[in-house]
Amino acid sequence: MSNIEERVKKIVCEQLGVKEEDVKASSSFVDDLGADSLDTVELVMALEEEFETEIPDEDAEKLTTVQEAIDYIIANL
Amino acid sequence: MSDKGLALVTGASRGIGRAIAERLANDGFKVVGTATSESGAAQISEALQGINSENAGIVLNISDADQTDAALKQLLADHGTPAVVVNNAGITRDNLFLRMSEEEWDAVINTNLSGVFRVCKAMVKPMIKQKSGCIINVSSIIGTTGNAGQANYAAAKAGLEGFSRSLAQEIASRNITVNCVAPGFIQTDMTEILPETQKEAILATIPVKRLGQAGEIAGTVAFLASSDAKYITGQTIHVNGGMNMG
Repeated sequence: MSNIEERVKKIVCEQLGVKEEDVKASSSFVDDLGADSLDTVELVMALEEEFETEIPDEDAEKLTTVQEAIDYIIANL
Repeated sequence: MSDKGLALVTGASRGIGRAIAERLANDGFKVVGTATSESGAAQISEALQGINSENAGIVLNISDADQTDAALKQLLADHGTPAVVVNNAGITRDNLFLRMSEEEWDAVINTNLSGVFRVCKAMVKPMIKQKSGCIINVSSIIGTTGNAGQANYAAAKAGLEGFSRSLAQEIASRNITVNCVAPGFIQTDMTEILPETQKEAILATIPVKRLGQAGEIAGTVAFLASSDAKYITGQTIHVNGGMNMG
């Protein structure tokens, strides 16, 4: 579980160019981490690649925070 | 040797598309050209493999969403992500508006406009991952001027240009350019079928006093596909012998 959390956070750092200490579970990609709408699409693409899964667009739209992404990956892996 | 990466050219079996495919192949791209039939694809393979044995022809029917999705997934698996995508495939179903059926309208919109949407849908994601790309959509002077008997075609081409500008804005920051090339009257099968009187009437409106050659469109596409054009995006380049100077 923590492994998934770490992997998600690592991808968030890479994709959004933010420091690891700034990425909290409650962080919102757009409001806290400065992502624009295309960044969030790319972030989902990177998560799909990392976890070898397909995230449908209707689910992807609901992933707005780090915790939501972690929960989604855990629930759907 | 193809060292510039992969170029996908739709509608490459004849006319402008064929000239574009051959030009990009000669410029050092590995080219995959598409046709709607097996025989067309085989013809492309034969023509392009004379330039480089890595080039290929494949069957792609952009009017069919499922076939397009499957064929382009296969393309990505076989050849990787294109550096350049040239959306050239298009059809005409000319008729005066008063006689134009909904089928004629839909057919042209579905291929010339929605077809490009489908190809871009499949290609943009891998291009974003690749962090580079170049999309060139072949429009038409008719998208700007309109033309009696081509309400469907003019609407699709004008739509294509608006689509291209929007997509260009969305993905410019990802190092992907999106541009249109708008040919005027070019000597191809599509213009060959026009009646002689209409051809003469057209010539009278072209300051350069001749029809364009497919190679002249290919040259413009080759420029937009080159590294010299990386700062050009969201543009429509008109290649029409001065027929419409905007």
